[in-house]
Amino acid sequence: MNTADVMVVVAGIAAIAWVNFYFFVGGRTPARSAAALGGVQEVTVVVRGGYEPAHVRVTRGAPVRLVFDRQETSGCSEEVVLPDFGIRRFLPAHRKTAVEFTPDRAGSYDFTCGMSMLRGRITVVDRKEGES
Amino acid sequence: MTTRTEAARNGPGPEAAGGGDRVTIPVSGMTCAACSGRVQRALSKQAGVKEAAVNLMLGNATVSFDPAATSPDALVETVRATGYGAELPRPERTAFDEQADRDRAQEEEFRELSLKAGVSIVAAAVAMAASMPLMAADAHGGHGATVDPFMRWVMGWLSPLLERAMPWLYAVPGPVLSYGLLALTAGVMGWAGRHFYTRAWAAFRHHAADMNTLVALGTGAAFLYSVAATVAPGFFVARGVAPDIYYEAVVFIIALVLAGNALEARAKGQTSAALRALANLRPETARVLRDGVEVELPTEEVRHGDVLAVRPGERVPVDGEVVTGGSAVDESMLTGESVPVRKGPGDRVIGGTINRTGAFRYRATTLGADSVLSRIVKLMRDAQGSRAPIQRLADRISAVFVPVVISIAIATFVVWFVAADSAPGVRAFAAAVAVLIIACPCAMGLAVPTAVMVATGKGAEAGVLVKGGEALQRARDVDTVVLDKTGTVTEGRPTVTELALAPGARGEVVASEEELLRLTASVEAQSEHPLADAVVQHASARGIVPAHAESFEAVTGRGAVGVVEGRAVAIGNARLMEDYAVRTDPLRADAERLAEQAKTPMYVAVDGRLAGLVAVSDPIRAGSREAIARMKRMGLEVVMLTGDNRRTAEAVAREAGVDRVVAEVLPEGKVAEVARLQGEGRTVAMVGDGINDAPALARADVGVAIGTGSDVAMEASDVTLMRGDLDGVASAIELSRRTMRTMKQNLFWAFVYNVVGIPVAAGVLYPAFGMLLSPVLASAAMAFSSVSVVTNSLRLRGIRLA
Repeated sequence: MNTADVMVVVAGIAAIAWVNFYFFVGGRTPARSAAALGGVQEVTVVVRGGYEPAHVRVTRGAPVRLVFDRQETSGCSEEVVLPDFGIRRFLPAHRKTAVEFTPDRAGSYDFTCGMSMLRGRITVVDRKEGES
Repeated sequence: MTTRTEAARNGPGPEAAGGGDRVTIPVSGMTCAACSGRVQRALSKQAGVKEAAVNLMLGNATVSFDPAATSPDALVETVRATGYGAELPRPERTAFDEQADRDRAQEEEFRELSLKAGVSIVAAAVAMAASMPLMAADAHGGHGATVDPFMRWVMGWLSPLLERAMPWLYAVPGPVLSYGLLALTAGVMGWAGRHFYTRAWAAFRHHAADMNTLVALGTGAAFLYSVAATVAPGFFVARGVAPDIYYEAVVFIIALVLAGNALEARAKGQTSAALRALANLRPETARVLRDGVEVELPTEEVRHGDVLAVRPGERVPVDGEVVTGGSAVDESMLTGESVPVRKGPGDRVIGGTINRTGAFRYRATTLGADSVLSRIVKLMRDAQGSRAPIQRLADRISAVFVPVVISIAIATFVVWFVAADSAPGVRAFAAAVAVLIIACPCAMGLAVPTAVMVATGKGAEAGVLVKGGEALQRARDVDTVVLDKTGTVTEGRPTVTELALAPGARGEVVASEEELLRLTASVEAQSEHPLADAVVQHASARGIVPAHAESFEAVTGRGAVGVVEGRAVAIGNARLMEDYAVRTDPLRADAERLAEQAKTPMYVAVDGRLAGLVAVSDPIRAGSREAIARMKRMGLEVVMLTGDNRRTAEAVAREAGVDRVVAEVLPEGKVAEVARLQGEGRTVAMVGDGINDAPALARADVGVAIGTGSDVAMEASDVTLMRGDLDGVASAIELSRRTMRTMKQNLFWAFVYNVVGIPVAAGVLYPAFGMLLSPVLASAAMAFSSVSVVTNSLRLRGIRLA
């Protein structure tokens, strides 16, 4: 191994480490709590190459309305799926689409695009925790 | 996690919430907080409203209300009174609209992709032609050309032909050609391939990666390398590296991926063809009688109770009941029943079906979201939105797929760079690009959902509505089918066939057969049992008017008792007679004979003395026998459950070809019976009409509701059969078996494709066979792997379910 080889090996390992850190660890964003509107917890999620916010916190037992604002035409994001709530909804491009459900158990639930490439998370907390 | 039933209510429209109902009403025309405040105040003041929230941004009002005190329609009126526009959301409209939106988007996508793919392919041919003189020059140790081994081979073969056809091309100086290629490639990337880069970037900003990331990285790296080689070839030559260019490979990769995406968009559109067909069934207009005149109105404006006119050849606009006239109606699109069904006054017609021969008028009954067609469309949409558990593994892999592939590509580069003897940089680069290009996460993501889409659509065409991916998957494992006798194996419309007085009862206990029937019918008129209904029908057919029965009591599993005109009347089986210490001996032989003929005998006692016998027969449905035989051929064990007495049950079972009978089961006992079979390690499908077996349907691994019977059954069941006959049960299981096979093939192919493709692209075969995968071939493989998965799912459309 000459110097160039060593440099490539070191750079390669660094690049792999960075890729994995960036996509798996760096992607965790703080949760946004839903705003309560007349008993409905509502959050608007912008869909453009991903979900913004990608992490939503809601309270158990009260209806939740996620409004997906799809600002692109990419085929990847044309559907949103909430597998734990049995929801698959088509999101027309450049329009807002509301998805409603009522979580009745605390926990963490994913929402994804039709092919599970884009991911978001809903954290359902018990009432008390949500109020504090 | 929410329950299934709650999930099913998640559409717009009224939904139950904590004792009351909740509805979201879209409100139009609100421009400021004052507007929404006004609407909110108006709604809050309305009697029966518990809570109202008006959202200015979304333009809607969410109202919790007491359904006893107000209705969604009244709430809409309240909003309208404030001067703003409001209309109740119509889930079936939105289901139809959503389908139209989706079709438009898909059509648009297909057009755009195919145009871009077409132009790119032309550009790729041009790029290849321009690269050939460069490669030829390279062979004489001049300017560098392509290193994609496949392209090198193709071009090496084509180059002499091109040189003969267009010798002038070979006279163009090398740098001119390379700069020309640079411009062409940049044009293709910036126009046709633009979305790969913009989407990859958008995803990257969200710490996400998808197929676009891989294509963008692969082509972007190849392009940048080529640009450097074009602009500063001296830099490469000085370091002993050939200044190779990959332009034609970049253009080819973009062209092939686009072509694959276009085909995929088209195929994906076909997976929902069945839903689209259903959504298009409802006619736009209906001919409604208003003040005795036929008026053509949009179907949405038909109101409950309106009388509609339908002529031959027309579609029935909404659900209803025939008032006058008669016809044969083709219901095949909803039930899969190919023979048109005769309709006369009192018969139910379904919106979306086609009137064949006669003209009739009918009264609209269920409308909007409650109509049969809307419910089917909604059920199918929910089904297509559900996930099959088999998908979980694919989901888990998809989530980490792209970053892992990028890591593999980097590792590939490093290994090649260190290990290759000659031109390490170039080889390392080609292999890394091939890895990025060949990896295809899409095939994995499409494997299960496309099969669920096609299968639920295929089922609906045959009148078999499957509730979702999970039900579809569970139905495959069914080994035991439990049939509820009444309304499932039999017609469920029993009629009285025998009426006999007990020996010596005439004049002693009752005056005559008429008297016996009158007393019996008087008690049975208060019962809700289907057998009771048969007696009442029989009495009215003979012109007998039942009297009022006092102290009526239904004795579950035994019969009914009541007091008619001061006389105690008991109707039921031998056990009921025992309870009242009535001796049944004089009629026992008759009862047994009738039971052997698959009829249900009921003893009648008056004032504690045996008066007579009424036998009721519920004929076996046409086709039950064949359907049961088909299930047995499929290796399923068929069990029949009934509340009837053992003899009758066994006679029915013999006639229907059922081997195992569980008789004298109380309604509550059905659940226990299903649980007992499950306890034996069986996977049980329970088939019932849902009238009194909804709990058993829910308990079974797969609950099958037969006929459009009841909403409760549809709610509790996993599969709903639109047609009355049992054949749908076998079809549902057959569909499930075929679909699971398709899903497994798809997943297998998607996994194996990547598991084999990625290492080959990385060059694991090189040390042994000297084989290296060309990035261009990798792009072709990638594009067609997802197309092949969707195409395999589409094959499900061709299966025969009957």
